Amino acid sequence: MHGDVHAQFAGVTRVYPGAGGHAPVHALGPIDVALHKGEFFAVVGPSGCGKSTFLEVLAGLQRPTAGTVTFEGHTVAGEVPDGVGVVFQEDASFPWLTVWDNAAFGLQRKGTAPAEVRRRVDDALAFMGLKDFSKAYPSQLSGGMRQRVCIARTLVLQPRLILLDEPFGALDAQTRLLMGDEVLRLWRTTGATVLLITHALDEAAMLADRVGAMSARPGRFIEIIETGWPRGRDSTIVAEPTFGEITGRLWERLRGESLKALGHSDLPPATLGAE
Amino acid sequence: MTRAGWIRLLVIAAMVGALELACRLDVIDPRVVIPPSEMATTLVMLLASGQLNDDIVRTLGVITISVALSVVFGFALGLLIHALPRFRAALDPFFATYYAVPIFIFYPVMIAIFGLSLIPIVLIGVATAIVAMIIATLNGLDRIPRVITKVARVHRMGRLATALQLQLPAAAPYLFTGVKLSVSYAFIAVIAAEFILAPAGLGRAIANAYADFNNRRMYALMLFVLLIATVINAGLHAWDLRWAKRRGARPS
Amino acid sequence: MKATWRALDTIMIVIAVVLIWQGLALWVGDTALPGPAPTLSYMAHFLPSARFAANALATAAAFALALLLAYGLGIAIGVWMGAQRLSGEVGEPILITLYSLPKITLYPVILLIFGLTLSGKVVFGAIHGILPVALLTMAAIRNIPHVYLKSARTLRLSPWQTIWNVLLPATIPEVLAGLRIGFTVTLLGVLLAEMFASKDGLGFLIINAMTLLQAKEMITIAVVLFAFAAVANAILLWIEHRLHHRA
Repeated sequence: MHGDVHAQFAGVTRVYPGAGGHAPVHALGPIDVALHKGEFFAVVGPSGCGKSTFLEVLAGLQRPTAGTVTFEGHTVAGEVPDGVGVVFQEDASFPWLTVWDNAAFGLQRKGTAPAEVRRRVDDALAFMGLKDFSKAYPSQLSGGMRQRVCIARTLVLQPRLILLDEPFGALDAQTRLLMGDEVLRLWRTTGATVLLITHALDEAAMLADRVGAMSARPGRFIEIIETGWPRGRDSTIVAEPTFGEITGRLWERLRGESLKALGHSDLPPATLGAE
Repeated sequence: MTRAGWIRLLVIAAMVGALELACRLDVIDPRVVIPPSEMATTLVMLLASGQLNDDIVRTLGVITISVALSVVFGFALGLLIHALPRFRAALDPFFATYYAVPIFIFYPVMIAIFGLSLIPIVLIGVATAIVAMIIATLNGLDRIPRVITKVARVHRMGRLATALQLQLPAAAPYLFTGVKLSVSYAFIAVIAAEFILAPAGLGRAIANAYADFNNRRMYALMLFVLLIATVINAGLHAWDLRWAKRRGARPS
Repeated sequence: MKATWRALDTIMIVIAVVLIWQGLALWVGDTALPGPAPTLSYMAHFLPSARFAANALATAAAFALALLLAYGLGIAIGVWMGAQRLSGEVGEPILITLYSLPKITLYPVILLIFGLTLSGKVVFGAIHGILPVALLTMAAIRNIPHVYLKSARTLRLSPWQTIWNVLLPATIPEVLAGLRIGFTVTLLGVLLAEMFASKDGLGFLIINAMTLLQAKEMITIAVVLFAFAAVANAILLWIEHRLHHRA
């Protein structure tokens, strides 16, 4: 799908400066990629390859060392632009607030009218299946539900670009598939552009319109695969043969990179006894 | 030494230097504080003359006795209480509150009972330190991983062998933390007791020097006590860190 | 059900302590250690007396001021050391060392500076309390999960909103623990000062009673101080638990 460009990376690199006697770390780039309005883009790669850095630079949480990042035509640097929502890997729900107050948090800080806050928060909690838990505290909920609270908190702000940094990392496989359906539903309902960072190839292959395979550090896109899925998809597409092909192709590109990330420089034989 | 370590050294040196300068330049009244260099030289002189030997032996001796009693009986009591879970649960509020109340306030009562001798000082030292050892023992025994007892059974080890070769080493780092705290608490309690009322000892010597307006002697003794306390505690802390590294945790 | 058994067990321990007290009193005699009953009857007519009131007030005043000083400075130092990485690295070992020193050795210096006044007691009490408050506040700030700060930025909060709505609630339970420990040690500091050299206060009364061989007064004041500290600690602990169950 090729809509208007929503966000763009032009020659972006990110180098972490050395501190306390350590050498600087070239974590990312150069990256050149454009995210289209309303698309679902996933980034997969081995641990430590720079996927999270990619997300944080796009969000404005980190500045690129070189190159430019633009969102809706404006340069992004050092500050999170209006219209961008982020769900992090770690649990960011505030334990001292109820589920309802957590979801309302961002809106209330913006000074939105209480009636509007109530409407949007109730809608978001209902959408995320948390209506019955409004008065509960995050410490009383499971990890998956806490992530949903964080998603709800992002949703109420009606972001146009939603960034998800390995949001299901701590969950078991079945829950992940179900949460994947949730994210697709979210994507269709809000019409937002979604960027998902994940290390799970199958998750990326199932959810995204395009999947960027990222190399080991410094992270660069080896290939960007178009999945061609229909917009109305859900987790049942794992039964499609195309799903296996896409996942297979991703692994083909990333197997070597994963070994590199683990510290092996050569590719050992792929099957036992192949010598 | 790390960068922070160097900065720390510089900060301390700067503060001592500033104090020295302030005293020498009469910014600070010499009847109130004497220059650090004078504190040091007076101390060296006192130590060399042997005047302090009795007091040093006495104070350190009392502390050692208190620590020994606290560690041995604290460990024994900890073992006992750990084996009686219901008793332990009943004692819980007691342990939680023990260090919240000013135990030291009982020192005069002990003097009234036992008279002005070594006994009340040792007692207050033990009273202050022993519960830390008990709590540390309970903690250490709690944290012996269950799997260790299973390993012992797989290797068909007897109860004594299991205790000595597996359980004790597993609990040792936490027990050592208890020893560290006992030393620290006993030290503070004994010095404070000697200050308030005691026939002899370093605390008594400082109090006497203060009463006699003998600032030089007073500051020299203060320096000595603070240095000894710092060295002993730092030494134990460094040792504790080594234990903690071994079990991959941060010490308290 | 289990809770009531637990409470009963603890009450039995308390009764045992009282019995041991009685036993000790019988063994060493009334002049050295009065038993529970005589102590209670002495309490009944001593506590309402003007002499007790005056000295309790003196201690209370010194304690309150020392606490304010310890809390204020302790939190300020703790926040600075927690937020400013290097100062925390440099300062933490210094504070820990100071914490384990017998600070009573410094009291004569304070007396030389302040004389036998309220300020001396207040400063001495405060130097005890500052340390745990600073150390625990510093730990609280350091332990703020990084993701909270990132969330504050993605929610585009102003610096003030970040501090008031995120950092403060996130650190309160741990800071409160520091305040609770600070309470205990500050009280002890003030009492020590009064026991060593003072003209009023409950610490002074105890030493005074000791020199005049007034065992009943000694034990009464000790019990009163114990009760006060225990109750105050229980209240602070309860507040801490109320906040922690959310964390």
